[in-house]
Amino acid sequence: MSMSGPDSPPALEVLGLRKSFERPAVDNLDLTVRAGEFYTLLGPNGAGKTTTLRMVVGLLRPDAGSISVFGTDGLNDPVAAKQIMAWVSDEPMIYDKLTPFEYLEFVGGLWGIDAGVAQARARDLIEWLSLKPHAHQRCEGFSKGMRQKVALAGALVHEPKLIVLDEPFTGLDAGSARQVKTVLREHVQAGRTVIMTTHILEVAERMADRIGVIAGGRLIAQGTLDDLRRQAGNPVGDGSSSLEDTFLALVAEEAGTAEGAAAAEGAAAA
Amino acid sequence: MAWFARHELRLAWRDWHAMMTAGGRTRARTLAIVVVALAVFMHVVAYSMVAHFAGVGLDPDKTTLVVVTGSALLSWSLMLSQAMESVTRAFYTRSDLDLLLSSPIASAKAFAVRIAAIAVSVMSMAALLAAPFINVLAAFGGARWLMAYIAVAAMAAAAVALAAVLTTALFQMIGPKRTRLVAQIVAAVIGAGFVIGLQLAAIVSHGTLSRLAVLASEPIVAIAPDTSSIVWWPARALLGNVVAIAGMLGAGILLLGASIAIVAPRFADCAIAAAGAVPTATRQRRSDSGFRSASPNAMLRRKEWTLLRRDPWLVSQTLMQLLYLLPPAFLLWRGFGGEGASQILLVPVLVMAAGQLAGGLAWLAISGEDAPELVATAPMTSGTILRAKVEAVMGSILLVFTPFIVALALVSPFCALVAGLGIAISAASATEIQLCFRAQAKRSQFRRRQTSSRVATFAEAFVSIAWAATAALAATGTPLAAMPGVVAVGILASAHLFNPQKA
Repeated sequence: MSMSGPDSPPALEVLGLRKSFERPAVDNLDLTVRAGEFYTLLGPNGAGKTTTLRMVVGLLRPDAGSISVFGTDGLNDPVAAKQIMAWVSDEPMIYDKLTPFEYLEFVGGLWGIDAGVAQARARDLIEWLSLKPHAHQRCEGFSKGMRQKVALAGALVHEPKLIVLDEPFTGLDAGSARQVKTVLREHVQAGRTVIMTTHILEVAERMADRIGVIAGGRLIAQGTLDDLRRQAGNPVGDGSSSLEDTFLALVAEEAGTAEGAAAAEGAAAA
Repeated sequence: MAWFARHELRLAWRDWHAMMTAGGRTRARTLAIVVVALAVFMHVVAYSMVAHFAGVGLDPDKTTLVVVTGSALLSWSLMLSQAMESVTRAFYTRSDLDLLLSSPIASAKAFAVRIAAIAVSVMSMAALLAAPFINVLAAFGGARWLMAYIAVAAMAAAAVALAAVLTTALFQMIGPKRTRLVAQIVAAVIGAGFVIGLQLAAIVSHGTLSRLAVLASEPIVAIAPDTSSIVWWPARALLGNVVAIAGMLGAGILLLGASIAIVAPRFADCAIAAAGAVPTATRQRRSDSGFRSASPNAMLRRKEWTLLRRDPWLVSQTLMQLLYLLPPAFLLWRGFGGEGASQILLVPVLVMAAGQLAGGLAWLAISGEDAPELVATAPMTSGTILRAKVEAVMGSILLVFTPFIVALALVSPFCALVAGLGIAISAASATEIQLCFRAQAKRSQFRRRQTSSRVATFAEAFVSIAWAATAALAATGTPLAAMPGVVAVGILASAHLFNPQKA
């Protein structure tokens, strides 16, 4: 189910985005994500995926370019843009001395959600993510997977229209990963938008409506899996290539050198 | 095990280097300039404090022996405190313990080397701190004073020996879960306890906060043992008596050796127990019956207070400075109903303590945010977030110092007014400095926050001292109070000038 209509603004529109540290990390990147879709960003290590997303959620200031979130200028009106977004990083940052329930109360308060509404949502999320037995325990002894689920619950408690996740499956066991996938899928089915980076190509292949491939700070390919296969010159339909083959071909083509291909293979292996 | 000793010493050196350079890539020349400037400054300070003692001979009177022994005990308590910190950290530093314990080397030998390395580290630090005083005494009183370095090393060895035994005993008695907290509190109390004890004694006997007053007082000198007693050997060793130095050195080595023999074989068990004790599940009582409505600002403030309240280690580290308020509180209590200027003494102590406490709390709230990305992506401006955090700090200061101000107001309303204003300004200044030099860190790094910015540390300390001096002079009603106030404003202006946030 999609909330997007012909006149509705895209969930995210990034134009001419640039960011340099010691060298360019994001280089004149254009990216559009439609409302209500599950969009996955792929790319080798150091391609600029995380830097792009950190600029989108307001954690980094771009050197140039524009960011629009559902029509709201993310650079000139960051508070309004943040109100409808949520960010989950690969390293869950939660408070060891708060319980999951207290954490969700805190996040609900930060986003100005009515206490009663936030509480009801928190109960549901804790149930869905199997956190109920630990809901009133401090997070200090939690495993990486449990911490990631608490962080995800925090991102969902204010029902953001756009949720941005950076490698959310890193360090999760199979059971936890499935729960997170289910919650994200339901989030999209409810008409909201998910943008996610991942190195797990199988996740991107199964979950994403569209996939973007970033290399050298630029978007080198974008579309459905079949679109990407066509762009890579791989067969579509019966006997079609895997996303891994497609991804490696796209990145190697972009790099244009044996060194670039080796780096891409290394990234895919990671 | 020579290679392991080299490895430990290399780590200790890099730790020290990181502390001196705040982890930055400071060039060797810059570091050398800073070290030389600091050394010159410390020698000037030492000259003003001890140069006139350079003529003290090898056979001093009892009063001198009491004062030197008291000062040595004060230094030794600080060495013991530092040694306990190091030993506790060695138990809980898991980054290389996993490697060591899973390797085929004998753990008792490895930990014997590690305790010896701690001893070398404590000795070096003690010698460094004592160096300006010993050098000044040697320059003006002769080379015999240089023998004091050996005495200092022997004292450090004894401190490490006792620290290793004490910490291991704590492990045996209260278990690994509580040892970390208790050992660090004990270390801090030992460090502060002797100073506070002397101050309390000084208040009782002389009505002042001066430690020397009580050490050199007639009753203490009268009950002290005869000058021929072995009790004075440490003092005699520090004064350059060769026999006393030999005795001290022998005792220090013996104690350290015995301690290593006792503790090293148990160290591995303690380390393994510590590693297994970290993840604990603490259940909170509050039910999920109701989320409380609050504005985002109120939520942030509440979160800061909750996190602080629930972390006894942080509470102990933050509020440890309040231990130093005990003597002035006692002085205030004694001043009740009586006249005199003792209340005026309280004003700078309160103002100084407020500045130091606010600096620590501000670091926790501003730099020690454990979920910085969550807060930064919340729909609030950065100004609103910082304002809420500053409010949390100032609220805590209000809570801690209001009882003191109320009590002081009953004795001297004017002093209470000056102290209240001084506390507010000093706390705000320390918070402002932390805002200027904020750098993201983990709350668990609280004790090492000073290493993140030397400028911030010195600015925070000097601005608190300057406002304390301003308040002290203002309490006496002199217009000279404006002078240290101008210095404090100058420090704040300099902090803004060097503000890395502007870069």
